[in-house]
Amino acid sequence: MQMHPMEQFRVTPLVPLHIAGYDVSFTNQSLVMCAIVAAVSLFMALAVKKDRLVPTRSQSIAELSYEFVGNMIESTSGKAGYRFFPFVFAIFMFVLLSNFFGLIPGVFTVTSQIAVNFALAILVVLTVVVTGFMVHGIGFLKLFVPNAPWYLLWLLIPIEIISFLTRPISLSVRLFANMLAGHTMLNVFGGFVIALAGLGGVASALSIAPMFMIVAVMALEFLVAFLQAYVFAMLTCIYLNEALHLHDHH
Amino acid sequence: MDLASAKMIGAGLACIAIGGAGIGIGDLWGKYLDGSLRNPGAASSQFTNLLLGFALVEATGLYALVIALIILFT
Repeated sequence: MQMHPMEQFRVTPLVPLHIAGYDVSFTNQSLVMCAIVAAVSLFMALAVKKDRLVPTRSQSIAELSYEFVGNMIESTSGKAGYRFFPFVFAIFMFVLLSNFFGLIPGVFTVTSQIAVNFALAILVVLTVVVTGFMVHGIGFLKLFVPNAPWYLLWLLIPIEIISFLTRPISLSVRLFANMLAGHTMLNVFGGFVIALAGLGGVASALSIAPMFMIVAVMALEFLVAFLQAYVFAMLTCIYLNEALHLHDHH
Repeated sequence: MDLASAKMIGAGLACIAIGGAGIGIGDLWGKYLDGSLRNPGAASSQFTNLLLGFALVEATGLYALVIALIILFT
């Protein structure tokens, strides 16, 4: 039986629930999201529970991810960025685990839904706006005024504003498109295997070729899954840096 | 021309943009190799920047793919 390549992204309600006309059913997506949050929280809590001086393997993973995000924040926004550590760390781990959970065959990919990604992205941009106004007051609007001669500003300020407003869209669509394209590609190659195997004779033997292709694409998808989580967190740090320091580099 | 065939042609045309992503990724890795062969000492420190650029460039090609899919499935 061959499935449509887009069939894997269907959200199906597990526990149907309607409140005040809104569909708030507990879906397969909600289930995977709960599993991700539980997995990250449990792992992080248990890995550092003993607090050994010589870390075990699981404690090393916890420390490595901690330092990784720490370095990411320090390299973009310096010491001042550390108060956003929990925020960036939570976003990074959630996106990373969503991408990796999605690579397990049969598990729903949370980040292949634009709704999830857009919610995360709008959260990031709102944090940037609120932080910017809290730190700089009304001076935060200087973010939209680049260092340029006055006769270019009338052109540059609208461009800056538009580029700021499209950030949540580009941030979410980038992650969404990467996940969607990767999983569709895997599914299409899987369809090749089934179609070739069904032909019989020499064609059946040839079905091993797309099979190897799936393995190669899977390896690429592991890279992409990590990279997209990294890019998402990195761009969050860069945006936060702008809110904290405006244009001046430290 | 009926709508179904126009959609197919439109989706195919949307995929032209993926060529731009190909140029971008080729340029990116080529420049990185170029630079890292000249100065191997600095190569490893720029690898994360390379991956960041790679992900950003790759995403632009995938935007085209999303547009193609929207054309096909709406």
